[in-house]
Amino acid sequence: MARKLIEIAQILRSKNAGPLFITFDIMFDNHEDLKTVLDSHALDETIIAQLYNVDGQDVSIIPYEIVNAIKITIPRTNVSGDIEDDDIYGCQKHLKIANILIL
Amino acid sequence: MLGYGYSEEALNNAFLQNPDVIGVDAGSTDPGPHYLGSGHSFTDSEAVKRDLTLSLPVAVRKKIPFIIGSAGGSGAKPHVTWLCKIIDQIALENMLNFKIAIIYADVSTEYVLDKYSQGKILPMGRLEATQESIQNSNRIVAQNSIEPVIEALDGGADVVVCGRLCDTAIYAAPAIRAGYDPGLAFHMAKIMECGSMCCDPASASDVMMGEIEDQYFTLTPMNPIRRCTIPRVAAHTMYEQANPYLIYEPNGMIDLENCHYDQISPRSVCVQGSVFKPTPQKTIKLEGTQLAGYRTIAIAGINDHNTILHLDEILTGVKQFLSENLNDIPSSDYIIKLRSFGVTANDISCGCEGNLGIVLESIGKTEEMSATVCALARSSMLHYDYQGRKSTSGNLAFPFSPSDFKLGPVFVFSLYHLCEVDNLMECANIVYGEYKNGKKTN
Repeated sequence: MARKLIEIAQILRSKNAGPLFITFDIMFDNHEDLKTVLDSHALDETIIAQLYNVDGQDVSIIPYEIVNAIKITIPRTNVSGDIEDDDIYGCQKHLKIANILIL
Repeated sequence: MLGYGYSEEALNNAFLQNPDVIGVDAGSTDPGPHYLGSGHSFTDSEAVKRDLTLSLPVAVRKKIPFIIGSAGGSGAKPHVTWLCKIIDQIALENMLNFKIAIIYADVSTEYVLDKYSQGKILPMGRLEATQESIQNSNRIVAQNSIEPVIEALDGGADVVVCGRLCDTAIYAAPAIRAGYDPGLAFHMAKIMECGSMCCDPASASDVMMGEIEDQYFTLTPMNPIRRCTIPRVAAHTMYEQANPYLIYEPNGMIDLENCHYDQISPRSVCVQGSVFKPTPQKTIKLEGTQLAGYRTIAIAGINDHNTILHLDEILTGVKQFLSENLNDIPSSDYIIKLRSFGVTANDISCGCEGNLGIVLESIGKTEEMSATVCALARSSMLHYDYQGRKSTSGNLAFPFSPSDFKLGPVFVFSLYHLCEVDNLMECANIVYGEYKNGKKTN
């Protein structure tokens, strides 16, 4: 049964990595959950790029197995604090990733 | 973070262990460009004073060096001056005797233009630097690293107040100065700069003890309610970093690919295997801001779904009304924006309940222009007669009188770039001073 990523993850957060990038940390309780998500191929550069309207080549996805985590980093479409920005700390940008379906 | 509070008991526990140095980070770009641009701190002076009053006098009397990174939040001269005034008060109230080193991190427009003309200003992302954006910057600071902190400690400073500084330099500088491995020192510092964020329960405002040896370092929270755990320490290593395996520093990078974490006691974690790899070209990160105008906002609610369904029409009408009525102000001189929070027209079409909160925002070239545009847009939006309107007495529910708020100057980042340097001291200016019986003598 398909589940949303947020239902599998223990922690799923977004935050500025400096004012030009947003980084997402998706952390799981155990290696099995991490593997389920990685094996589903539901998270790839193309999907993230589409969701956040950025170039696929600017998306970085790095599994960080020591804490059963995946780190995703994208460029901000608006620099933090620019007139068009709507989230200065970048800490409420995670919803689109949270709702990705994992089959 | 200085000014975010911490447990006094935890601090006293740390003092019982006779630390070699005490450090605290006081800055971040997270709160956005306003603070560097305006010269104001994002922390409160009373809260900062409380945090320093508990710790600084004890450290001075025990002769433990005390290092404050990125003073006043953004670490430019007005921020450093603001923090130094608080230190003046604490020194006087406690009749302290100590030597202070202040490391200014401001860089001049001429310095950056010169680097730019040599192709030594490198972008880090989408923010482009141009000659114009550098010239328009009202304030530029450099994120200095360990070098000026080491020089200040060598110069005999008991208290080191740093302008903008890499967070890691606060804790890495004394460890590297004492001869420890820079890979371990920087990694330890990266985890410690956020206080007890690497603990369970986590907190950005509590006391941590880092102990470095030749082959490893250990981390222990000083508050007995917390414990350091491997998942928390490893997770914090990647916090706010683009890559969990690499930490970039001005003089090299820390490779964490082969790091090993051990739970050596119920509350302590030991880390080994962090490797420092020097880079031939040294770089310092520059942060700059420029004025983008002045902002005025009006806050309101819209409950009538018919109004929400016609919001686009209303906004188009308001903008047209502005251009027709502001004869003296060309529309290129201001921006009018609607930020909305709540149900959308689409939600309503799908049968959703709920209402909409709006922030009507104007940014003008001057404060007066911004207020004029916001006031006219607000009144026009309040009474805009859209197609099929039934509630003809007003479209907006204002929670406040007055409805409009002047938010002052709007600053945006003009620079967030790497600058190639020949020497990592070139953006640091160290000034020493002496306190005798609580009074600054020079």
